[in-house]
Amino acid sequence: MKDRYDVVIIGAGIVGCLTARELAKYDLDILVLERNGDVGAATSAANSALIHAGYDPIPGTLKAELNVRGNAMWDRLSSELDISFRRTGDYVVAIGEDEIENLKILKRQGELNGVPGLELIDGETARARVPALNPETAAALYAPSAGIVDTFGAVIAAAENAVENGVSFAFETEFEDFIFDGNRIIGVKTPRGSIGCDWAINCAGLEADTVMHKAGARPDFRIRARRGEYCVIDPEYFTLDTVLFPVPSVKGKGVLVFTTTHGNTVVGPTSEWIDGKTDAAISAFGQAYLEENMRKLVPTIDLRRTIAVFAGLRASGNARCLNPAVDYVGDFIVEAAAEAAGLINCGGIESPGLTSAPAIAERIVRILREAGAALCERSDWNPIRKGRPVMRRLSDAEKQRLIKTDPRYGKIVCRCEMVTEGEIAAEIHAPIPARTYDALKRRTWLGTGRCQGGFDLTRVVEILARELGVPVSDIRKNEAGSEFVVAETKNWSGE
Amino acid sequence: MKRNMICVTCPRGCRLQVVKDGHGKLTVSGNFCARGVKYAQIELSDPRRMIASTVRVRNGIHAVVPVATDQPIPKALILDAMALLKRVVVDAPVRMGDVILPDVLASGVNIVASRDLAGRDAAWSP
Amino acid sequence: MSERFIASDFDVVVIGAGPAGLAAAISAKENGAGSVLVIDRESEAGGILQQCVHNGFGLDTFKEDLPGPSYAQRYIDRAAAAGVAFLFNTMVTAVSRDRRVLTSNDRDGVREYRGKAIVFAMGCRERSRAQIRVPGTRPAGVYTAGTAQRWVNIDGFLPGRRFVILGSGDIGMIMARRLTLEGAKVECVVEINSYLSGLSRNLVQCLQDYDIPLLLRHTVTKIIGNKRVEAVEISAVDERWKPVAGSERAVPCDTLLLSVGLIPENELTRRVGIEMDPLIGGPVVDNRYATNLPGFFGAGNVVQVYDLVDSVSSAAEIAGRSAARYAAGTFAADCGSMPVHPGKNVRQVVPQRICPASLAEDPIALQLRVAKPLEGPVEFRVIGGDRILVRKRFPYARPGEMATVMIPKAAGSAFRETDEVRIDAVPLAEGIE
Repeated sequence: MKDRYDVVIIGAGIVGCLTARELAKYDLDILVLERNGDVGAATSAANSALIHAGYDPIPGTLKAELNVRGNAMWDRLSSELDISFRRTGDYVVAIGEDEIENLKILKRQGELNGVPGLELIDGETARARVPALNPETAAALYAPSAGIVDTFGAVIAAAENAVENGVSFAFETEFEDFIFDGNRIIGVKTPRGSIGCDWAINCAGLEADTVMHKAGARPDFRIRARRGEYCVIDPEYFTLDTVLFPVPSVKGKGVLVFTTTHGNTVVGPTSEWIDGKTDAAISAFGQAYLEENMRKLVPTIDLRRTIAVFAGLRASGNARCLNPAVDYVGDFIVEAAAEAAGLINCGGIESPGLTSAPAIAERIVRILREAGAALCERSDWNPIRKGRPVMRRLSDAEKQRLIKTDPRYGKIVCRCEMVTEGEIAAEIHAPIPARTYDALKRRTWLGTGRCQGGFDLTRVVEILARELGVPVSDIRKNEAGSEFVVAETKNWSGE
Repeated sequence: MKRNMICVTCPRGCRLQVVKDGHGKLTVSGNFCARGVKYAQIELSDPRRMIASTVRVRNGIHAVVPVATDQPIPKALILDAMALLKRVVVDAPVRMGDVILPDVLASGVNIVASRDLAGRDAAWSP
Repeated sequence: MSERFIASDFDVVVIGAGPAGLAAAISAKENGAGSVLVIDRESEAGGILQQCVHNGFGLDTFKEDLPGPSYAQRYIDRAAAAGVAFLFNTMVTAVSRDRRVLTSNDRDGVREYRGKAIVFAMGCRERSRAQIRVPGTRPAGVYTAGTAQRWVNIDGFLPGRRFVILGSGDIGMIMARRLTLEGAKVECVVEINSYLSGLSRNLVQCLQDYDIPLLLRHTVTKIIGNKRVEAVEISAVDERWKPVAGSERAVPCDTLLLSVGLIPENELTRRVGIEMDPLIGGPVVDNRYATNLPGFFGAGNVVQVYDLVDSVSSAAEIAGRSAARYAAGTFAADCGSMPVHPGKNVRQVVPQRICPASLAEDPIALQLRVAKPLEGPVEFRVIGGDRILVRKRFPYARPGEMATVMIPKAAGSAFRETDEVRIDAVPLAEGIE
């Protein structure tokens, strides 16, 4: 870490990483600050991994604009960055005649937002296309532009591409405060020292309000965490090739059912306001809620076939939509701070934040330019990032070729997901290195299958220690304090 | 005196009723086999257990090698025996039955290796 | 045990070198198979026994009380002497219906082996936190008992200092003792049922000997802690396993071990299209351990989760013999088998089919578990039509302890008059249902 950069980005989630990648096109010295030990470890690590079509947001909001624009950008983005992405389309399903009116409203809303190809189909057609649907399905709204994406893969790919184009990342380095010269920001303070900068970009997710307030910006803006619990179902038991939504309510988009790019079927999320911004716990109540709501869409799934449960936190803001014609609270903020020169804020980036992220990054560049940043395009910017081999997707002949170059690709460490030691080692030594079990899990999907790490955990911990050259007792699940083992046996005196 | 106990000699886990009369004679019931009677006698006079653990091994294919008592050891000695094992380090290769600690705490019980453990660099051979 | 010069074609290919695979391979060799290959993902044979350092193995097989690794060592030595070939550090990724076994390792890459007969001996795996859906956070320090056992007994690491163990299965209780001996503190073992799920003797020698409390009819209702486990919330449960409001209390600890059941490991079996027993999670087998797919046999815990390794070995020997016969072309494909159904008070029975004709050669062992504890004298009755064909009495029957009922060779003629049988567990004492 140097003591001065042109741009400091606060937060290495999907928005921060895509912004870094976008800004790397220009002749700028860029640093991304991240308090966690990895990119995409907070809000970006636990969400629905969907690219929304854009019929949900109220027309005229920033959410609506960036959702539809962002959606359209994912084809190119995923091909440049080698991200798993598929336009599966989605269905909003009306159960009973009463809900059909909502579908019509949703369709009109989508058309106003510019969502392409929306189609209202009757129940029979819907059930013919998706046989698992509730037999009481009365109609469905089909949106062909919706898709599924590997969220973790997207964050990592964006960050790696940024690194390859010269961006620096500082992990376990928490933003503490801004340094001002008059009302202009000239740097940020961190526990590792002060860093000078011309521009600071607030992509701090759940803490975006805290960061803003340090600069005196939008003192009334608040982010509250809204928890979403999910459960993952054994893919050998049930999969879908589309995304199913219930008719949305005031609480949000509801409990959906879909199969991820990794082939796991996910049911979720719940929607629950929590105190504070850290409690991503699973609750018996939440799991019961999922079961009950899932049955409305697909009554036949037996949740005893659950192989994993997880929860994420949405960063819900209270920003009023800036469009005077729209009465809506909870819009995205993507703006130059009025109160502090040199600060650009993103706030309240909840769903459809992932979908919108490329459009947010694009918007940030525009705002920077308008604010007077000197953006000179680099001739050597490389938009292409190549992913590393995923053994389970290769043919036997391709596998054999790779094993010849590195025999560790023949050694399967995670039996359920068929992840090899070669893939693990490659991630540990990647441009954004995976240094913890969870970081490896997000990148390779090891430990996410039926046995949930029962077989691989001890082995992966050993590989991490060997490759990182540290004792096994230093290997963590995620952050400091999450070490797996406490000592060597025989070497510990007890209490 | 009357006592209920579960025999630990084999996985069956018989529920024994043990009665000791005024002359110190034991009557055992609930046992499937004669080992139950013997267990009850020893359990009341000098309770013993088989104990297993591991010791550190140098240059082995694993960090530790499993060891166990070659016969039941008095219960009162178990924790002291474990403390002794903490300090033991053996060199690979180890053979099953190798005596790791002879006559532990003068009990007459040996602690022996439970398996063969090859050296790290040696080719595995029978 | 040489890994060199391994050909691609074998009479019998055994998947898994644990106790089942070893016993099946030795038996296949002893019953005339010319070439037997055992494939395992570990670097050595013995399977899970290598981390089961405690005693209690071999009382049936060897009439001795052996530690797990010693029990394994005897079979490893016998397998070497019998000329069984081993392929270690190798994962089987798929098996085809024409008995081709696809493997991957860091020496040969992707390679295929063919067997005239295949024995599945992949063992079982532990149920995970997700399957019992324990609420709370997801910090480090929540491990299956087997993961902790591997860390302690193979790798030499202590996974925590203060433990709560959920589930009174044998591995959980054995780990309670093991961790105590290594100097850690085990706060309690928590069991949702009103009865122990492991063996009674482990209650004595693993928990009571070390004053470790066993809380029956309790469960963990919450995991607390963000980075590492800081405590677990324990609650009493009612007879339907529902937590009793107001009974919850937090127990500080840094590790929660799960010993909440084992599941036969049958991904390969299922994918090749073999008929499964949905309750047990293993393939449906006959008394020769043949599955419904010709040439495929099941050995040990893939068929059902046994209590004792001795039972695994003896069942696997039969599977190995059947595989050798199949490879030699002397296995009767159609033996006129009939289904065996679990009846009154019986939860499960293996084999699920029996061939009365094979009674000419051997008695048939029916291995079963009762649905609930029957603490008084019990009579197991094998019933065909309205006739009781075999009776066997036990002083009690418990779900945690598998019962074996032998069908003697002499019963062969009685079975010829029926198409299916069921087995009931009938309490003999008055007033006991």
